[in-house]
Amino acid sequence: MAEMDTSSGGGHKKGPGVKKSKKMSTRVDLTPMVDLGFLLITFFIFTTTMAKPKTMEINMPNTEKIDEKDQTKVKESTAMTILLSKNHRVYYYEGLATDPNVPPDLKVTGFKDKDGIRDAIIAKKLKVAELQRSGALGPKDQATFLIKPDTNSTYADMVNILDEMSINDARVYAIIDITPVDQEFIQVTEAANPGN
Amino acid sequence: MPKFKLPRKSTNIDMTAMCDVAFLLLSFFMLATKFKPDEPVTVVTPSSISSIPIPDADIMLITVDPKGRIFFAIDNKLRRKELIQNIDEYKKLNLTEQEMNTFAIGSSIGVPFSQLKSFLAMPPDEQNAYAPTAPGVPVDTTNNTEANELAAWIRSARNTNPKLRICIKADGETSYPNVKKVIKTLENWKIFKFNLITSLEEIPVGSAAYEESMKGMKAE
Repeated sequence: MAEMDTSSGGGHKKGPGVKKSKKMSTRVDLTPMVDLGFLLITFFIFTTTMAKPKTMEINMPNTEKIDEKDQTKVKESTAMTILLSKNHRVYYYEGLATDPNVPPDLKVTGFKDKDGIRDAIIAKKLKVAELQRSGALGPKDQATFLIKPDTNSTYADMVNILDEMSINDARVYAIIDITPVDQEFIQVTEAANPGN
Repeated sequence: MPKFKLPRKSTNIDMTAMCDVAFLLLSFFMLATKFKPDEPVTVVTPSSISSIPIPDADIMLITVDPKGRIFFAIDNKLRRKELIQNIDEYKKLNLTEQEMNTFAIGSSIGVPFSQLKSFLAMPPDEQNAYAPTAPGVPVDTTNNTEANELAAWIRSARNTNPKLRICIKADGETSYPNVKKVIKTLENWKIFKFNLITSLEEIPVGSAAYEESMKGMKAE
């Protein structure tokens, strides 16, 4: 392609007086050009951001005043409270623990593929489905997860738990502020298991 | 043994084809590339299975670094120009035209209003050197609205462009209360829907979301 046939000359022979001009080859050495091309390619490969970061949409509960009658009350049997604590630790208990005198059965776990919070969420969903079948709960009642990140939890914990919600197809969940009562529960559990 | 004389071949290779390939790849990368936006601080976002891409335009980006400092940015030069004019008027900063232009072409802002003028007066390279040590935009979620400068930025930005999508980009190691401050500020502005920037992670096999994605694939 880059070469052109110059050897065939013109159509007719030149006369004896005409000087024969030296035929120069039109062949160009393309090696440096290839070098340049690849150099630029490497530059673009390094500067490019191929994997565009993704986003996660989040809806926070509306803090505006809602009429008492419009508020949906979470049923004790559908609720599960998840507390995020330090060192990526996750505490969870079933129900809402509205009565501080009756401490709930706090269980500790973490974010892992096996025996983690995921299994607890799945178990809770199954339990609610079971209750629906037996008629104890209406068809509209869904497993509800209340996420309460403690002050010593990290942002990654929050994203992870929201991610678990979407992984396990948990539709109803909310991030709410931790209460001093819940913090006390964590302290009590930690005091009971000093080994951790 | 009879001697064979190997015919000498020229070592010249025709580079044309290789050149073609090189430039084809080059043009691909040039078109596909999107330069990494310069960020004042490096933030490692946590990963999630969410695969919604970030919208291309009308983004308000609130960056939270591991120490809890907050940086604020919006895209689009023209909007930035409008924003700084709005802020200048609102906070009476007496910025010069030159300083406003510096803001329009700059990146994230991580200084309080009191330092904004001196920050914008710096030459660009000095600004870049200063940005990683910037104190961040002050956020105070108590009732004192004057102290919550992030709220002022959000207010002005939404005035100039009501379509803005709010994205929070926080480091995984940032402690939750720091992020909560930002969320609370947004809630005060009646913004309950926003995006968290995460990196992509694979959906665990066997989970409900995995089944769902498989179903979608089969339907297609």
